[in-house]
Amino acid sequence: MSIENQLAEHRSYLLRFARLQLRNDAWAEDAVSETLLAALSSSQSFANRSQLKTWLVGILKHKVVDALRQRSREMSYDGDAADGSEELDTLVFGQGDHFASLPADWGNPEQDLSSRQFFQVLEACAEKLPAAMGRVFLMREWLELSSEEICKELKLTSTNLYVQLHRARLRLRECLELNWFGDTRTTAST
Amino acid sequence: MILRRTCKQVAALLIAREDRKLPVADRIALRLHLAACQACPIFERQILTVRNAMRQWRNYVEN
Repeated sequence: MSIENQLAEHRSYLLRFARLQLRNDAWAEDAVSETLLAALSSSQSFANRSQLKTWLVGILKHKVVDALRQRSREMSYDGDAADGSEELDTLVFGQGDHFASLPADWGNPEQDLSSRQFFQVLEACAEKLPAAMGRVFLMREWLELSSEEICKELKLTSTNLYVQLHRARLRLRECLELNWFGDTRTTAST
Repeated sequence: MILRRTCKQVAALLIAREDRKLPVADRIALRLHLAACQACPIFERQILTVRNAMRQWRNYVEN
């Protein structure tokens, strides 16, 4: 198979992650195109399909970081203060300083967590995060950048970043509980 | 008391711990609270499960 065909095969896969991270279709298309172009102009060859994929994902991550840096001025964090995150706090905590009710025991889900269905739920939950929140969350979890690096790339204050990440993690926890761990028994015993 | 934390504060620390290194006083307070509380260790396991899930997801998407 020609390199062009091989690359075309991976395009939709790359686009999925670029979209998830960038939250903007045009930016995602650009990042993927740049990735494929960079791959085409490289003379590297690969023993198998998965090696090529890993290499492409590596290039994509760099292109995505470039896009995040370049577009950071266009990203808006306004209005996030009243986006319902506070309700999550009350859901977990009722009115006081204690848990409204005992958190659910998610069991010992080691095996479940490597199933394809679980990853679909996980990605759907990440996708549901508001754009600004989703971006910083995935910069941590997919790009594996440190909080300091994220602040630098996006020109965010650490306070702002931590607020976004805190909300993102609470929401993701909630979403996973509703859509995946919800059916495990809620037991009070430890 | 300086090392006393409410469940709400502990939950916030458990989430913050995913993204930054906690000051030593918070780390000690966290340990003390977790040893004495019924609810917070369950919440901690949820957060650790999510951490583990994200790691597995990274492995999955890269292979």
